[in-house]
Amino acid sequence: MIALWHPTTTWYLLLAAALFSIGVVGVLVRRNPLVLFMCVELMLNAVNLTFVALSRHMSSPTADNPLHRGDVSGQTTVFFVMVVAAAEVVVGLGIVVAILRRKPYATTDDMNELKG
Amino acid sequence: MEFVVFVIAGLMILGGAVGVVVRKHPVHAALSLILTLFGIAVLFIEQHADFLAAVQVIVYAGAIVVLFLFVIMLLGVDNAEDLHIEPFKIQRPAAAVIGAGLAGLLGLAVIVSRKAVAPVVPQSQAVQDAASDPHNSNIKALARDVFSDHVLAFELTSVLLVIAVVATVMLARKPRKGDFVVETKGGAK
Repeated sequence: MIALWHPTTTWYLLLAAALFSIGVVGVLVRRNPLVLFMCVELMLNAVNLTFVALSRHMSSPTADNPLHRGDVSGQTTVFFVMVVAAAEVVVGLGIVVAILRRKPYATTDDMNELKG
Repeated sequence: MEFVVFVIAGLMILGGAVGVVVRKHPVHAALSLILTLFGIAVLFIEQHADFLAAVQVIVYAGAIVVLFLFVIMLLGVDNAEDLHIEPFKIQRPAAAVIGAGLAGLLGLAVIVSRKAVAPVVPQSQAVQDAASDPHNSNIKALARDVFSDHVLAFELTSVLLVIAVVATVMLARKPRKGDFVVETKGGAK
């Protein structure tokens, strides 16, 4: 019974799909630029979870190689995604600071004033 | 045991994610984001990605969320957003439909392809021992992978970080007298 309820890779992928969808809804609904960034972070984390789950699946033991656990390329990818996400947040928040300093309480609806 | 951990972490993740979307106050949204990030870290540990779990807590829950909170406090934009204002009447229903459709499609794809990710052999005791073997740890395998196969990408990320830092400094500072300022219609500010 316990073995039946062992979470497989499919469970992790379903959880990541739900998390990604919530992030998409947040980006579509919210108008505060900071909260938009947080929703983008949710989507990035969903993809990270997918990468790690599939990485474990790829490196899980097979019948002819029961101790095979060498492939960590998925985890390496997650490592790079984290670095790029950090850089993205830094630049994005810099842009948000520059805009909000000029126009406090700006929402994403006010961005149509960016046209010259 | 793994099932219990998965359920608790999954509830943390989904609850935090919903909190990010529905909380009016940006600070509350940031704190909900921390909950989600910790849940992800728990799932990383459960899948033997120990180093990534540590990086998740330090970089995401530590640095990035603190950066968010810092910007919120710095700008004084910690006013609650009025969620009742709807500039476009169709926006919320359309977002709900798109989100539900996307979740359905992704879930359907995962369910259909579940045979491809079916566990070949359940985790045996030998594998558990190998996972806890200090000579074959996760961090060693990851380091071997990063510094051999992906060393060029690793160097490029350092370039990327330098570019990001310089760009942020240029974006966020106030222009001083004598600096190049783009003239706007109402005069330069």
